[in-house]
Amino acid sequence: MSNEIEAIKDPGLPAHVHRRADTDPKAAKKAERQVAILFLLSSLGTITLIGAYIFIPQDVFIFFPVLGNTNAHQLFLGLGMAASLFFIGMGAIHWAKTLMPDEEVVIQRHEFRSPDEDRADFVRTAKEGAAAAGLGRRSLIKRSLGLSLGLAGLSPLILLRDLGPLPGDSLTKTSWKAGTRLVTDPGDRPIRPEDMEVGAVAQTLPEIAPGAHRKLSDIAKDAVLLIRLRPEEFNLDAERLSWTHEGIIAFSKICSHMGCAVALYEQQTKHLLCPCHQSTFDVTRAAKVIFGPSARPLPQLAIKVDSEGYLVAQSPFNEPVGPSFWERSS
Amino acid sequence: MTARERIAGSVANYVDERTGAAKWMKKNLTKVFPDHWSFLLGEIALYSFVILLLSGTFLTFWFDPSQREVIYDGSYEPLQGLEMSAAYASTLDISFEIRGGLLMRQIHHWAALIFMAAIVVHLMRVYFTGAFRKPREFNWIIGVGLLTLGIVEGFLGYSLPDDLLSGTGIRIAEAIVQALPLVGSYLAFFAFGGAFPGEAFIPRIYTVHVLLLPGAFLALITVHLMLVWYQKHTQYPGPGRTEKNVVGYPLLPVYMAKAGGFFFIVFGVTAFLGAVASINPIWLYGPYTPAQVSAGSQPDWYMGWLDGLVRMAPPLESYIFGYTISWNILIPGLIVPGILFTGMALYPFIESWITGDKREHHILDRPRNAPNRTALGVMSLTFMMVALINGGNDIIATTFDLTINQIMWFSRIGIFVLPPLAFVITKRLCLSLQRADRDLVLHGRETGRLVMMPHGEFVEVHEPISPEKAWLLTQHEQNPPLALEENDLRGVRRPGVIKNKLRARMSKAHAVAVPKATAEDLKEIEHH
Repeated sequence: MSNEIEAIKDPGLPAHVHRRADTDPKAAKKAERQVAILFLLSSLGTITLIGAYIFIPQDVFIFFPVLGNTNAHQLFLGLGMAASLFFIGMGAIHWAKTLMPDEEVVIQRHEFRSPDEDRADFVRTAKEGAAAAGLGRRSLIKRSLGLSLGLAGLSPLILLRDLGPLPGDSLTKTSWKAGTRLVTDPGDRPIRPEDMEVGAVAQTLPEIAPGAHRKLSDIAKDAVLLIRLRPEEFNLDAERLSWTHEGIIAFSKICSHMGCAVALYEQQTKHLLCPCHQSTFDVTRAAKVIFGPSARPLPQLAIKVDSEGYLVAQSPFNEPVGPSFWERSS
Repeated sequence: MTARERIAGSVANYVDERTGAAKWMKKNLTKVFPDHWSFLLGEIALYSFVILLLSGTFLTFWFDPSQREVIYDGSYEPLQGLEMSAAYASTLDISFEIRGGLLMRQIHHWAALIFMAAIVVHLMRVYFTGAFRKPREFNWIIGVGLLTLGIVEGFLGYSLPDDLLSGTGIRIAEAIVQALPLVGSYLAFFAFGGAFPGEAFIPRIYTVHVLLLPGAFLALITVHLMLVWYQKHTQYPGPGRTEKNVVGYPLLPVYMAKAGGFFFIVFGVTAFLGAVASINPIWLYGPYTPAQVSAGSQPDWYMGWLDGLVRMAPPLESYIFGYTISWNILIPGLIVPGILFTGMALYPFIESWITGDKREHHILDRPRNAPNRTALGVMSLTFMMVALINGGNDIIATTFDLTINQIMWFSRIGIFVLPPLAFVITKRLCLSLQRADRDLVLHGRETGRLVMMPHGEFVEVHEPISPEKAWLLTQHEQNPPLALEENDLRGVRRPGVIKNKLRARMSKAHAVAVPKATAEDLKEIEHH
């Protein structure tokens, strides 16, 4: 379209303009001194770094405006290092910009496409090579090679099998059993209902034998949050209400979305909020999802008190806790 | 000949007689590189990578990548006596016991953030100037690969200290893996060596973080740079610059001094940040335990958009024949990012299919002269920005006194409405800028000088612009859209009519432009 119409002409490279240092020896000398000063500043930086490393103890804090209370050792070490590097760079660039030749150079590009002759040669060579190997004719070799290469590719996958055990029922089972006591985390103390006032929240785990060690992978499934409301505040069906005890309700603390700890409880609204993705659960309605990306309520743990008056689980969780997975049935 | 010259000569002779390097060196030491500030963006990424290798090596000397439980007895009092993993304890030791350790940790983390930021901005420069066009499509794909690996590498890096914040991040990553249909729970158990969190994950990602991925980076960066070298750098349009030449400075000495100096400047600035700007103070978060979390949990910025997408997802799950499909995780966590990154990698081929342009391009486009491409780029960035804002919704809510719900609903609607809006606005802006360019060439620059004509009318004096400027504003090509007939010459319908129609429509949209000023337009104006 516009190619046929006369376009505005390219005036060509503008004439080169000399810098002062190119023509004036005095300016050149001055630039040289500036470069040297920059390099010297870098040396000062390195000396600061060495001095800070040796002479400033690691526990000295000093106050700086903006930065606040700052560790002097770390600060001067870093400032020294920064100066030592930064001024080498500044010196080199100032040198290049003021004293090295600044005349623009033009070189030519070449098309990447090979000459037709070379391309034809290449195709011929490739064809001849393939023909010499006889891949086209010897289909038995071709097929058996394909099979063996494919199978050989499987072996790394096979060898990675022992990276971990199969899931088994690990994702669906927790340590909670009928009668397991709820104990505080941290502290491992059993809890009586009268320990919790209305509005209180407690983080709990299943009781373990004294001296036994809790694995993080157990905590990742077992963590339970206890919340005490006034019984009349609940809006539950008869079964779920029977899972509570005197207004105390227990939920899995592991988010049903992506497994973070659902740690934020708003006493006023009686909402539980997961700080990772803001799924919000209504405690009065069995942790129903009222906002955010989670698709399921937090699993509720049925609780009661045992003969000594401590809170225990009535039964294990009736569904898997934590984020969804393929084999989960609902 | 001085003694020094004699020595240099004999070294060169020694090397050349054994390698024949002189011919190659002669050609390449005088290689010309065009100069422009935006060409430094990729360099920043490269230098940050070198800084990461150096500071990372320092950290490996003391870091213990193990989830074995230890009791902390170091000098940081608030955590003394606490059970924690050896990984977390050794990170505390690097921060408090090793001189320069905290500085190196902070330099390493800052360099990682700068590395990712430089890659993203470099990618934007390449995209908006059309530098990805033939013959540089391979390098574009390598670049998208480096960006993707960078996100993974960064995530693994900040997960290594095994603190409460990063452990929460690993938990979320585990939930994404676990959500995969069919193989999810198996993959998760293999990766973690059993149930989350297990004791195998930190040592495993350590190998990936310090060996596997840096190796992949080195290989890809090498190819990336070799291609830049071999294909010669693109250049911005201007007087004397053509598709057939390169105008700039020779490698030796100017470019070497500038690029070498720039490495030290990037390193110096990173060290300065490491000295004065605290980053990832893991001692404040405490050791990881699955039953706790800190409010305002945030990933590093380059993961924020992903977290934002996950946060805004609707609560959708399907339960089919006793199996669960978590759309609320799969769509934002895998499907949308997959589409975005695949589309980005394929974009050079999509554009050349639309325009039918199969020629080499070495002169960069001014973004306004490719309105469709520019608008698409701004549209994608808008999408990412909405996602990123939602990724920080808790922080924004507390900072600006909004509710999370307000921000979430803004994002949920905005993610659909704002990107197309950005596309339309950007395209209009590009065309307006083209019109302004045309006016500038035809009518000259406004001088701000008002003159009263004899009959009392006031006019502003316009001054013609320089020939160099006029050339810059008119050097670009304006190609007509592809003419794709539904029927071929004999009146037979071509196969793939719908595909052709789509292509023709996109080609037409791509070719929309304000006609650039020509010499004839100028002559015509002079006659008036």
